[in-house]
Amino acid sequence: MAANGEVTVQSYIQHHLTNASVCSTENGIGFVKECANAGFWTWHIDTLVWSILLGFVFILSFRSVAKKATTGVPGKFQCFVEMIVEFVGQSVRDTFHGKNPLIAPLALTIFVWVLLMNIMDIIPIDWLPMLAGQVGAAFGHDPHDVYMKVVPTTDLNLTLALALGVFMLMIYYSIKIKGIGGFLKELYAHPFNTPWLYWFNFILETIALLAKPLSLALRLFGNLYAAELIFILIAGLIGLWQLPAHFIWAAFHILVIPLQAFIFMMLTIVYLSLAHEDH
Amino acid sequence: MNINATLIGQSIAFAFFVWFTMKYVWPQLNAAIEDRQKKIADGLEASERAAKDLELAQAKATEQLKDAKAQASEIIEQAKKRENQMIDEAADKARDEAAKIIAQAQAETEAEKNRVKEELRKQVAVLAVAGAEKIIERSIDASAHADILDKLVEEL
Repeated sequence: MAANGEVTVQSYIQHHLTNASVCSTENGIGFVKECANAGFWTWHIDTLVWSILLGFVFILSFRSVAKKATTGVPGKFQCFVEMIVEFVGQSVRDTFHGKNPLIAPLALTIFVWVLLMNIMDIIPIDWLPMLAGQVGAAFGHDPHDVYMKVVPTTDLNLTLALALGVFMLMIYYSIKIKGIGGFLKELYAHPFNTPWLYWFNFILETIALLAKPLSLALRLFGNLYAAELIFILIAGLIGLWQLPAHFIWAAFHILVIPLQAFIFMMLTIVYLSLAHEDH
Repeated sequence: MNINATLIGQSIAFAFFVWFTMKYVWPQLNAAIEDRQKKIADGLEASERAAKDLELAQAKATEQLKDAKAQASEIIEQAKKRENQMIDEAADKARDEAAKIIAQAQAETEAEKNRVKEELRKQVAVLAVAGAEKIIERSIDASAHADILDKLVEEL
C-alpha cells in the first residue's frame, strides 16, 4: 500500500508508527523531526486531537440522550445508550459494593471512550494518514513529513494517563476510607504480619501496588499497538494477499477491541473496590 | 514512543470527561432507567394482580352459578311439592264439601219426609174424624167421645 515508489517497507512502517508531535524549539514551534530531542515537553497532537474528539463524541451523544431521556418508551438510540449504561452499571454493582457516585460514571467513561478509540483501529490504516498527507501537501508540506496516528490507545501516553488517573483515585480512596495509617498498614503488614518482616512486605506490596496502574496501561497499549503493527505489516509486506488478511485480522480484532475496553473498565472497578475495602 | 507532555493533556481530558459524565450523563440516564424499571415492575405487578382478580372473579361466578342452579332446583322442587299439596288439599276440601252437601240434603229430605208424614197423619186424622163425623154425625157427641178420637189420632 505504499504511496509511491520511493517509500520502502521500512519507511512505511516507520511513518505509521510515528506520532504527529509538536514542541517548542529555539526557532519557534517544531514538528516531528525537530522534536526528536525535545524531551518531555513534546505533545502528540494526533493522539490528543483524536482522543479528545472521540471523548466529545462520547459525552455529547450520551448527553443528548440523557437530556431528553424519557421513562416511557425509549427511542432506538436511547435504548442503545441505556443498554451500555445498564451493562456498565451491572458490572459496577456486581463488583463494587461500596457507595460511591464516582465509580459508575468513571467506568462508563473508560469503557465507551476506550472502545471508541480502539474502534479507530478498524478504519483502514492508510485512509486518515493519507488524507492528512494530502491536507499537509495542500499547505505546502511534503506529504511524507505529515504524520498521523489515528488510534489514540496505541499511544502509551494516553493509556498511562488513564491508568494514572485510576491510580490516583485508588490512593485517594484508600487514604480516605482507611486513613493514612490504614493505607500504610496495608503496605507493610501484609502478607506477613510480623514486625521483622515489615521491610519485606513493604517492598512486595509497593511493587504490587505500582504494578496495578502499570499493567493497566501496558495491557491496553500492548494489545492495540500490536494489533496496529500487524495491520501495518499486512499492508506493508504481503502485497495483494493483504486483502483477505486484512479482513481476517480485522474480524479477529473486533473481538479484541471491546474486550480490552471491558478489561480496562473491569480492572478499574476492581482496583477501586479494593481501595474501598477496609480490612 | 516516549513519555511526554501528552500524558498531562490526556490526564486533563480524562478528568474532564469523567467529571462531565458524572455530572451530566450518568445521573440522568440512571434515573430514567430506574424510573422505567419501576414503571415496568409496577405494570407487571398490576397485570398479575388483575389476572389473579379475574381468576377469583371467575371462580366466584362459577360458585354463584352453581348456587343459583341449586337454588332454582330447590325452588322447583318446593313448588312441585306445594302443588301436590294444594291438589290434595283441594281434593280433600271438595270431598268434605260434597259429604256435607249430601248430609245436608239427606237431613233436609228427612225433615221434609217427617213434616209431610206429620201433615199426612194430621190430615188423615182430620179426614178420619170428618169421615166418622159424617157417618156418625148424629150419634156421636164430639166432646163426649173426644178421648176415643184422640186415641185414634194417636194411633194413626
